[in-house]
Amino acid sequence: MAWTLPTALFFSAIALVLLVLGVAQRHWPTVARRGFLPLATTRGDRFFISLLTAALIHLGWLAVTDLPVPGASALALFAGAVIMAKG
Amino acid sequence: MRTKPERQAAWLMVLPVVLVVAFSGVVPLMTVVNYSVQDILDVDTRFFVGFDWYRDALRDVRLHEALWRQLVFSFTALAIELPLGILVARCLPRQGRAASLLLVLCAIPLLVPLNVVGTIWQIFARGDIGMLGAAINGLGIDYNYTREPLHAWMTLVAMDVWHWTSLVVLLGFAGLSSIPPAYYQAADLDGAGRWQVFRHVELPHLRAVLLIAVLLRLMDSLMIYTEPFVLTGGGPGNTTTFLSQHLATIAVGQFDLGPAAAFSVIYFLLILLLCWLFHTLVVAGAERDDA
Repeated sequence: MAWTLPTALFFSAIALVLLVLGVAQRHWPTVARRGFLPLATTRGDRFFISLLTAALIHLGWLAVTDLPVPGASALALFAGAVIMAKG
Repeated sequence: MRTKPERQAAWLMVLPVVLVVAFSGVVPLMTVVNYSVQDILDVDTRFFVGFDWYRDALRDVRLHEALWRQLVFSFTALAIELPLGILVARCLPRQGRAASLLLVLCAIPLLVPLNVVGTIWQIFARGDIGMLGAAINGLGIDYNYTREPLHAWMTLVAMDVWHWTSLVVLLGFAGLSSIPPAYYQAADLDGAGRWQVFRHVELPHLRAVLLIAVLLRLMDSLMIYTEPFVLTGGGPGNTTTFLSQHLATIAVGQFDLGPAAAFSVIYFLLILLLCWLFHTLVVAGAERDDA
């Protein structure tokens, strides 16, 4: 599969978060709620939206600027945290 | 009341689906992501390049043009197929032999393989020997889909409408068949016109099947490859080159695996985003209407 360390870390991180969400679901079942997003979301929905947002932030960053990519990653992490907490 | 052993059995029953999805969807996707950050020269020689291929792809003018063409094509096809499919479904008899016969006839285009659809329309639309092309030329219109971009586009859209409207018809028919006659009787007693019956009785019942129809058609049309490849080959020039054909040129024609993989990931994210947005908007609209 031609693994590289960054891609291995990336997928491991996603797998780890999914595992944490699975454990959290078992102990503290999620309830759909409304935040600033225009629809009721569960914890898993907000994680999916966070991932999609992170991908789009990175693509937008790469499309319009030559600044270092960690800037986009920091922005994506911030956006993800806001969506998970208030979305 | 559910017990713990039952819940564990449910997990076991889901396991085969999880495995199939993992090996058919997740593993290939991971492979593509791995390729997209490397410059692969041969089986043993590859270099990590970070996001370089993504940056190149996102700033590629040919990709922007293909994306624009793709969106115009997909939404044009959807804008025609959806209302036309509902209209045809409404005109079909709900029961009896005629209904069965017409449904089978409607389903025929869906059974034709994609490359055969392209070949049928390639011949059908030819100006010299094709029935459609010759008929249009006979009307005094200089029609040639291999030379004129507008004609190529109209032929492609017509081909897609011919091929896929049946899907909307079948789904629409299923939705309409599920409406109890009492609803129509109540609407009749209230003196509702045809439009009011459609708007307030039929459309709410069609929402679920239409959502499926829209998502299926949107995803399918965004990924269209075979029919345009056979019919126009992306031409004249590049005027009917859509995303998938542009991708195939990079991946198979030039064998640039890294750039093609980066393109694939962007393509995947685009389709995922559009379908998710569409689904969310429709579901949110349904929730608003139900409230």
